[in-house]
Amino acid sequence: MDYVKLINCMRCGMCLPACPTYKETFLETASPRGRVALVRKLQEGELDQSERLLEYLSLCLDCQACASACPCGVNAGELVAEFTCERKGEAGLGFMENLILRKLVPHPDRLEASMAPMRVYQRSGLQKLVRRLGVLKMFPKPLERMEGLLPALPSRPLRQTIQEVTPARGTERGTVGFFLGCVMSLIFSEASRATIQLLSLLGYRVITPRDQVCCGAPNMLGGDLEGLKEAARTNVELFGGFDVDYIVTDCGGCGAELKKYGHHLDGDAAAEFSGKVRDISQILALHAGELRQLLKPLGRRVTYHDPCHIAHCQGIRQEPRQLLKLIPGLDYRELNEADACCGSAGTYNIQRPEMADKVLQRKVDNIRRTGADCLVTANPGCLIQLKKALAADAQPVRVAHITELLLESFMVK
Amino acid sequence: MEPSFIKELQTIVGEQYTLSDRESLAVYGYDSTPEIESLPGAVVLPATAEDVSRILRLCHDAGVSVTPRGSGTNLSGGSLSVNAGVVMQTSRLNRIIEVDEENLTATVEPGVVTSALHREVESRSLFYPPDPGSMNISTMGGNVAENSGGLRGLKYGVTADYVMGLETVLANGDLLRTGGKVVKDVAGYSLNPLLVSSEGTLGFFTGITVKLIPKPQGKITMLAHFPVLQDAALAVSAIIAAKVIPATLEFLDKVTIKCVEDYAHVGLPLNVDAVLLIEVDGHPAVIAEEAAAVAEICKKYRCSFFQTAQNADEALNLAAARRTALSALARLKPTTILEDATVPRSCIAPMLKVIQEAAAKYNVTIGTFGHAGDGNLHPTCLTDERDQDEIRRAHAAFAEIFDVAIAMGGTITGEHGVGIAKKKYLPRLVGESGIRVMRGIKQAFDPKGILNPGKVF
Repeated sequence: MDYVKLINCMRCGMCLPACPTYKETFLETASPRGRVALVRKLQEGELDQSERLLEYLSLCLDCQACASACPCGVNAGELVAEFTCERKGEAGLGFMENLILRKLVPHPDRLEASMAPMRVYQRSGLQKLVRRLGVLKMFPKPLERMEGLLPALPSRPLRQTIQEVTPARGTERGTVGFFLGCVMSLIFSEASRATIQLLSLLGYRVITPRDQVCCGAPNMLGGDLEGLKEAARTNVELFGGFDVDYIVTDCGGCGAELKKYGHHLDGDAAAEFSGKVRDISQILALHAGELRQLLKPLGRRVTYHDPCHIAHCQGIRQEPRQLLKLIPGLDYRELNEADACCGSAGTYNIQRPEMADKVLQRKVDNIRRTGADCLVTANPGCLIQLKKALAADAQPVRVAHITELLLESFMVK
Repeated sequence: MEPSFIKELQTIVGEQYTLSDRESLAVYGYDSTPEIESLPGAVVLPATAEDVSRILRLCHDAGVSVTPRGSGTNLSGGSLSVNAGVVMQTSRLNRIIEVDEENLTATVEPGVVTSALHREVESRSLFYPPDPGSMNISTMGGNVAENSGGLRGLKYGVTADYVMGLETVLANGDLLRTGGKVVKDVAGYSLNPLLVSSEGTLGFFTGITVKLIPKPQGKITMLAHFPVLQDAALAVSAIIAAKVIPATLEFLDKVTIKCVEDYAHVGLPLNVDAVLLIEVDGHPAVIAEEAAAVAEICKKYRCSFFQTAQNADEALNLAAARRTALSALARLKPTTILEDATVPRSCIAPMLKVIQEAAAKYNVTIGTFGHAGDGNLHPTCLTDERDQDEIRRAHAAFAEIFDVAIAMGGTITGEHGVGIAKKKYLPRLVGESGIRVMRGIKQAFDPKGILNPGKVF
């Protein structure tokens, strides 16, 4: 790890009010400034890799709100992630990690097959029975949590049903490659279908290569740098074979990772790939004028939650808001602390349920306070987390991906 | 620290809020001050005034020191325990207890973040003027203890001008109430102003009552570009001499402009020597006139461009960018040594010259920004702590700058406090009798010397 990055932190504290875990605990050990200090002390040999130190560092959601807040350009979240990754890299992958990160995630077919039992479980009525009987209480906590979070699965993942080429409607203005993303394809296939439809409506020919693999973010998270690079190489080579103007994704997490391929891999191809990556809202915002003509009134009260991977990692804040405000009749309400993490954060909500729930509760309270009847966001982790949280109440708030709502406005008769 | 003592602290605030593991102590071993580190023996986070009182009584009896800490944004080492004592953090004491619209006061606990109070009172068309550069992080308790200034100091004064009443727990755990909601009060010695700026050495605040004023109806934000540094400084004096008192009159030099622009992207000019950020506020008719007068003066002093913010967002961006100045300077070099030299405002131009000369003489990079309108400058030396020779030269340059500031009738700190960092300069400023009186006061409040020892003198 680069020592200079650590001493660049001048401890001003600008990161404190941005950090979700500091806001819940008020503890320096749970603040970005504190985490940088811990890693620095470790490097300087004043602290060792104690259980407690690792525990403190693991409280970081890696939402990178601290990076947005830091005027000195320190990225505390990334420093912690880098440290964790290095440490895990030294230890080597465990059996389960190896199984998941090397044998499952890089193979869409296997990943999709692995979801089949869950689909059967949901459809057969077994899920209802299990929930009613409280059977899951007998299983380890994380499993119970995972089961509780999972929304209803589509009958088939998008990757299996989408055409490799979706033609442009009307005059063709260009070609884009669509990056599916595992969770979007597996769980939120309807949102991604909406994304592809919108692109087509705006005159883009959409190519969705079927052989694409996971973006590699789970490998990064698991400390498996080699796995990440392998995924990156596969995707760069695959998309390089099509002549596309942009590579579009509607998954904030994938977008953030794909934009980093140029750093992960040597060579022009990876840099060129990363240079073409756009979040769907960036593409749609280019055509705001046309969209304004196409969209029809929706009488909804809507607010927007900034996914960390979109706002903090990619710096995209204006475009989604601009797009929502294009919908006639829509009552847009700004969300307090809109760019604060929802607590989903990869697998954080399963691994650190207590803190994740606190962070989530703050988000839910803020959403309720807007009086909105629909929350829009643009990342599968946030969608899973917030759908579950906002459906529970007497007055459920609908949770939608931004392209779902835009397409809905377009489809109004 | 003795495990039995830690246990006693735990019985007061609970295990969760009593920290004594090596890792926690390491991160409470610093605040925002460069170069100074000192590990506490334990950290406690009380939730009520009763907790505070019990902790202080316990520490007093055991002869253990207590150092108050808010968000740890202190720039003079004031929130560090120098003798491995207890650090008492205020962040759980964070309630806005009351906004009294009839008496125009607000009462808060010490851990309330300053900008949170701003939001609360401004939602009721009221105004709490003190706005330290760090207001989005720093707490009211810290602001009162350090008598913090801010960007609006020129027109509205500093924290001390707004503190009406304090609830303070003394070193032995006793409660002291000073002042209150009355506007006029001459009963006995004025203890309120004494406690304000006491840097945590006289007591631990548990309640703070501040004065509010009506929120100004309008505001105009302007930015003037100056190709020549001295012209900007002369314009500052000319604006004041013309009897226009802007709410904000901030100065940023070339080095600072570049760093701020790198971070905030608000369109600051990169080809000039200095900019002035000027805000006038008040009645719309009056501020229109004042803005016109400011523009004219800036032109007279050869500003190359004069920009008026077109809307509230643009104004907010400019002011917010200025707030990042100190941290943004850290982009150039890892160790930023920030000083707080303050001179009578007519001396801004010569002071800037002295700073430039000192930087050249000692071969160090100094970026200067600050509250030019009230004479409070922040020359910030950009160094690398691994280069000991550079650090030595930086301190030599500052010693010279302070000597000149004192000779001009200025002071060694305008708003950051003496703390540990400027102890050595204080006798030069206040003399022997000054130190003697201060020690006497300390003795009266805290005979055992347990409250934030090692600070001020």
